Amino acid sequence: MNAMKSSLQNLLKYPSAVMGTLVVLLLVFTAVFAMIKIPYSEAIRLWRGGEDVWYQNPKFAPPAWINHFSSKKYAESFSARTTDGSMEKTVTPGNEGTVSFAISYPLDFTYDYYPQEMILYVTSKYETKQPFVSVELLTPDGRKIRITNASIGEKMTYRFSQDQKLMTRLRTEDVFPALFSDPETGELLKGQYQLQISGTTFEPGSDIDVEFVFHGQVYGLAGTDQSRRDLVVPLLWGAPVALAFGLIASLGTLVLTMVIAAIGTWYGGWLDELIQRITEVNLVLPFLSILIMIGTFYSRSIWVILGATILLSIFTGAIKGYRSIFMQVKESMYIEAAQAYGASSPRIIFFYLIPRMIPLLIPGLVSSVPSFVFLEASLAVLGLGDPILPTWGKIIQDAQANGALYRGYYYWILEPAALLMVTGLGFAMLGFALDRVFNPRLRDV
Amino acid sequence: MAVVAQSPSENAGAKVSLRNSTFLRVSRYVVVRLLTLFATVVVGVYLTIMIANMGGYVDQIMRSQVRDTITQKIALNPAMQKLDPAVRKQLIEETITQEEERLGLNVPLAVRNARYLTNALTLNLGRAINMTSDAGSKQVRLIILERLPATLLLMGSSQLFLFFASIFLALGLSRRYGNFWDKLVVALSPTSAVPAWFYGIFLILIFAAIFQILPFGGMVDSPPPSGTLAYSLNLLKHLILPASSLVISSFFLSIYNYRTFFLIYSSEDYVEMAKAKGLPARDIESRYILRPTLPNIITNFALLIITLWTGATITETVFLWPGLGRTLYRAIGLYDIPIIVGSTIIYAYLLAMTVFLLDFVYALVDPRVKIGEN
Repeated sequence: MNAMKSSLQNLLKYPSAVMGTLVVLLLVFTAVFAMIKIPYSEAIRLWRGGEDVWYQNPKFAPPAWINHFSSKKYAESFSARTTDGSMEKTVTPGNEGTVSFAISYPLDFTYDYYPQEMILYVTSKYETKQPFVSVELLTPDGRKIRITNASIGEKMTYRFSQDQKLMTRLRTEDVFPALFSDPETGELLKGQYQLQISGTTFEPGSDIDVEFVFHGQVYGLAGTDQSRRDLVVPLLWGAPVALAFGLIASLGTLVLTMVIAAIGTWYGGWLDELIQRITEVNLVLPFLSILIMIGTFYSRSIWVILGATILLSIFTGAIKGYRSIFMQVKESMYIEAAQAYGASSPRIIFFYLIPRMIPLLIPGLVSSVPSFVFLEASLAVLGLGDPILPTWGKIIQDAQANGALYRGYYYWILEPAALLMVTGLGFAMLGFALDRVFNPRLRDV
Repeated sequence: MAVVAQSPSENAGAKVSLRNSTFLRVSRYVVVRLLTLFATVVVGVYLTIMIANMGGYVDQIMRSQVRDTITQKIALNPAMQKLDPAVRKQLIEETITQEEERLGLNVPLAVRNARYLTNALTLNLGRAINMTSDAGSKQVRLIILERLPATLLLMGSSQLFLFFASIFLALGLSRRYGNFWDKLVVALSPTSAVPAWFYGIFLILIFAAIFQILPFGGMVDSPPPSGTLAYSLNLLKHLILPASSLVISSFFLSIYNYRTFFLIYSSEDYVEMAKAKGLPARDIESRYILRPTLPNIITNFALLIITLWTGATITETVFLWPGLGRTLYRAIGLYDIPIIVGSTIIYAYLLAMTVFLLDFVYALVDPRVKIGEN
């Protein structure tokens, strides 16, 4: 116990250990937060969702915070709807069963770029007579631009940029510069715009609801990808996946290696010989190729890959290292004493031999986590990532496949890369310091 | 008669028998070692073959793929559309049987595996199933040879630089450990937890995307420049980023490992003794520190030479470098077992040979080591 305490105190002397611990704790916190905030099934639904889930977001939008680093502000994307009260809806009953709806949305436009797209999704309830809406845009300088009039079915999607009539009325091919500019100077006009939608229904019980979607150049905390998905979801969920993969692979490999080495050394004879031969055969097997083959032919599930990784990583050079240490431990007095009072072989292996190695296990455990985390990312970059789970490697692969570096979507690669890097370095720094504390041979140098 | 004074002739006889016993010991060792290594290679390659067709699972995939493509091809061929449906069906079946025969799918799996194994062991690499070399050949040997120079160039330049630079720098650091540069290397050594392709992405981002001074990937411009000098310079320009990403990813850990290794040896008593005797530092380094570490350095070098063969699959993928690693990856995607087996067997033989030869090298550089003795 005292030895443990002094080891911990030693550890605090290394700044890298403190930083590494902080990073690891932060990761664990992020992972727990992600799993509570977005439950597994919800994360999968969002990650695998198509246009129906993500229609509100623009494609390839960098995160909104890049505006802090640029003097010209990009338009931020958002959406608002009457169903949750983010858009105001006032209802005035008229005569003969008609009802008037006035829906308005104040659009605070203070950006230096025109929006990419504005879309209205109008839904209505009616029996036989279709409701009617008209849409207008009030500009800060007091002009009133008529956008469209239409009678609507159960569902109507209106895209501002696609309306031929609006283009003719504004005498332009490009709707947004015409809508958001000063007509005299032709320059972009900032200020408070107002989107006004007035509707009329002609039946009792009839209703109108509107959703307004505004696609700017930037979106949210992390930006979006080619399928309009919010990158916050995979970035957050990448943490538990990476931690689980890295820790399980590293723990599984090390513990199994150690147990097998201990059993081989204790019993000796043909068992020991067999283990050594398996290790030599395993050296010949192409590790990455086998993982690629399993991913291509059999299953890309992260758990299958995890199992194969552990199996292939057991019989490596490490088993020889443990073997030589166990050989020494086996000759110690306390083992002889244990034998003398009649301890069984399994008891000696699991309660006498293996516990002696735990100080060696801890640094190895921590420092082999990054290689497994990056292995998952590497396989994902080769296109063999898990088909269901969102991971950091899969974001990088999507980005590579869409030419993110070539087309200038740097955020798309940098965000997952930064997280992978921080994770890898955090565990590596901690493992490094642990190695120096627990491995007395290295302590002085 | 237990005690007899030894005559000179008897003494010579003892010497001969000693020499004989050395010869016997070494030859016995060689035979046993070669046999075990060969058995290891056989088992390893057989396992790879089994994994490469997933115990017959890949056959099913290939069968349905053949059926699909041939049915499509014949159904879409205008010349065949006028044929009687029954005749056409028969034609489809015949073509499928032919194609399956070409792929060897009509032979039982065990026989096919045995054939792959014997062909591989005799280095008869055979023909690829789906892939062709850029020159148009289906010979596995030619496909591999075509890609080998690219991999050797990339891996060779980066790994050799890494090896010599890190030993040289590590010696320098171990001479005055604890100074600023030493601490810097120790602090930076965790950066090697990050793989090469990852640094590659950052290098592409900085030098290709932002500054636009180096290419995004590939091996030469398209069209390639004419003239040997222009071509080499162009090649060099494309080599910089992938080679540096390979170097960066192992640089600091490699220096750190060698430095620690040298430091452990420089705290030995005989080094202290040599220092006390006042030997010059350079002599101490070459005779007392480098000499006993030589077996380890040689092992590292030998293993490095072998890794040149395997290439760097993911770095090559990120940089679109037409090397062996990428070819192997493509071969797996195309179920091209001959190429997978060919690449594995060559690696296995190289590894076995190296392991075998290293034992002799150890005996040569370290007089304490005797071959075949435990």
